[in-house]
Amino acid sequence: MIDPHPTHQTGVAALEVRNLGVTLGQHPVLQGLNLKLPQGRWSAIVGPNGAGKSTLLQALAGVLPFQGDIYLFDQALSSFTAQHRARQVAWLAQGSVPSADDLTVYDVAMLGRLPHQSWLGGPSHADHAATEWALRLTQAWPWRQRALGTLSGGEKQRVLLARLLAVDADILLMDEPLTNLDPPHQVDWLLLVRHLVACGKTVVSVLHEVTLALYADELIVMASGAIQQTGTRDDPVLHRTIESVFDYRIAIEALGTGWVALPKLL
Amino acid sequence: MNASLPDTHFSQNSRALCSAWLLALLCVVVLIAGLCVGSAGVEPLWRLLADPIAAQIIWDIRAPRTLGALLAGALLGLAGAIAQGLFRNPLADPFLLGSASGASAAVALALAGFGISPLATQWLLRLGLTAAAFMGAVLAVFLTLSLARGVQHTLRLLLAGVVVGVVLGAFTSFLSLTHPDILQVMQAFMLGSTGFVGWSACGIMGIVWLACSAAGRGLSKALDGLALGEATAQSLGLPLRSLRAASIATLALATGTAVAQTGLIAFVGLAAPHLVRALVKTSHAWLLPLASLMGAALLSLADLLARGLLAPQELPVGVLTALLGGGYLMWLMHRRGPTHD
Repeated sequence: MIDPHPTHQTGVAALEVRNLGVTLGQHPVLQGLNLKLPQGRWSAIVGPNGAGKSTLLQALAGVLPFQGDIYLFDQALSSFTAQHRARQVAWLAQGSVPSADDLTVYDVAMLGRLPHQSWLGGPSHADHAATEWALRLTQAWPWRQRALGTLSGGEKQRVLLARLLAVDADILLMDEPLTNLDPPHQVDWLLLVRHLVACGKTVVSVLHEVTLALYADELIVMASGAIQQTGTRDDPVLHRTIESVFDYRIAIEALGTGWVALPKLL
Repeated sequence: MNASLPDTHFSQNSRALCSAWLLALLCVVVLIAGLCVGSAGVEPLWRLLADPIAAQIIWDIRAPRTLGALLAGALLGLAGAIAQGLFRNPLADPFLLGSASGASAAVALALAGFGISPLATQWLLRLGLTAAAFMGAVLAVFLTLSLARGVQHTLRLLLAGVVVGVVLGAFTSFLSLTHPDILQVMQAFMLGSTGFVGWSACGIMGIVWLACSAAGRGLSKALDGLALGEATAQSLGLPLRSLRAASIATLALATGTAVAQTGLIAFVGLAAPHLVRALVKTSHAWLLPLASLMGAALLSLADLLARGLLAPQELPVGVLTALLGGGYLMWLMHRRGPTHD
């Protein structure tokens, strides 16, 4: 399913944001954001509640009106048709979708193929293949016949993840993808993301699991609607920034070859 | 990766197909039974057809009204399924959204203003009445939606629907009281009855049902996408604005057409999609036609009961569906509990 030879040149920014602003109601949520996300990398956005992480992801997904400019592979997002954009950028929303409870797992994953289908035509061979590939990757294939409403929270999350993968987009935006996942499936998710990135996909995820976020190629620390710092996982300055946006309630410590975020009780 | 052809959907799809055949069979049985039941009680069809007068009665009265009950039920079931899919709210229904009361107010207005009778048999008059009912239904839905400020809040939506229904109902009553000549016809109409349905009404409902089913077929993929939430649907490239407009137009056309021919028949649109979902969990491509069949079976069964229960007198079928459907709604709300609004 994944093209081993990425269609876009490496070195080009998959996503670039210039002077981005988003206002929800009367309230400015994001202001003057600048960001460049290289292709074929996994970036994790961390920050406290209300920092504007989900809003940034929604703006990138094209589901929120924004001021400023967003570029996909050096092309303005506004110049894309909705369908063309939907093929390039897939977005996993935060939370569950109770209104899809009556659809089968297979139907839900197949919805990821909507950007590839014509208005009236049925699913093509490629659509079925992509759906199966996505469901197998998230280990949801055995329940493909079951209604979404009969699954547990973590199982539902894996189906929604399969829906995202089925789009087969170059850029995958995931808002809290680990919600309800148990530790082994969180590790599976990590391996899945590394596999996707190795195949040239660009992954951007909002994570509250700071320890897992510290496995990302690049971290984006947000607070109060602005980017505080971007950097790699081994950067000690970045670690201090993360601790500070979380009011020093967590401490980042080295453990083995990686890093862990520990709660600070005093 | 295994690129085998999909065995995937076999069980749900075959369940859906089975349900479709069973419901279609039920409709045919009810249709035949409907030809046999009349004010004279039940008689076997072959004896009736042997008698030229009885055959005339069957052809001119029983056949169109039985077929009419089927078609009106199919329209209401379809409208209900589209409404529930569009608003992602299982209590959305042509009645609770106010579209039915809007349609009947428009019919009253047409009756009082232009003297178009619900008993009219000419195609043009029927068409005029249907067009008026469609306009009324669209206006009422917009009124309800603007009162409820969107559809996210179930309680507000239901309240807005009730308010719009009451106000438009009062307007309809006022019209019938100030025009005594239409009072009797209007009363029967408000209670809901298949008694007015002739062949022209059947023709119009049949054509509109075909058109709305085709529209529903085109909308079904998008309605599935909407089940993931509006933002996700938008991220998948679905044109939400035109999708909403097309869905509301389709459900208003289906409701308005049914109401213009049969009057106010409550709860078929609500119950039909629910019953289908209890039978089979499936996408809108199946749900919409199944809800149509279920609505057809429900209304024609209710019509049969309404004609047979107190024969030779007959109960307006709307009274019966209101009783049955109201009970069903109460059970549904009880089961959903108070936390889901």
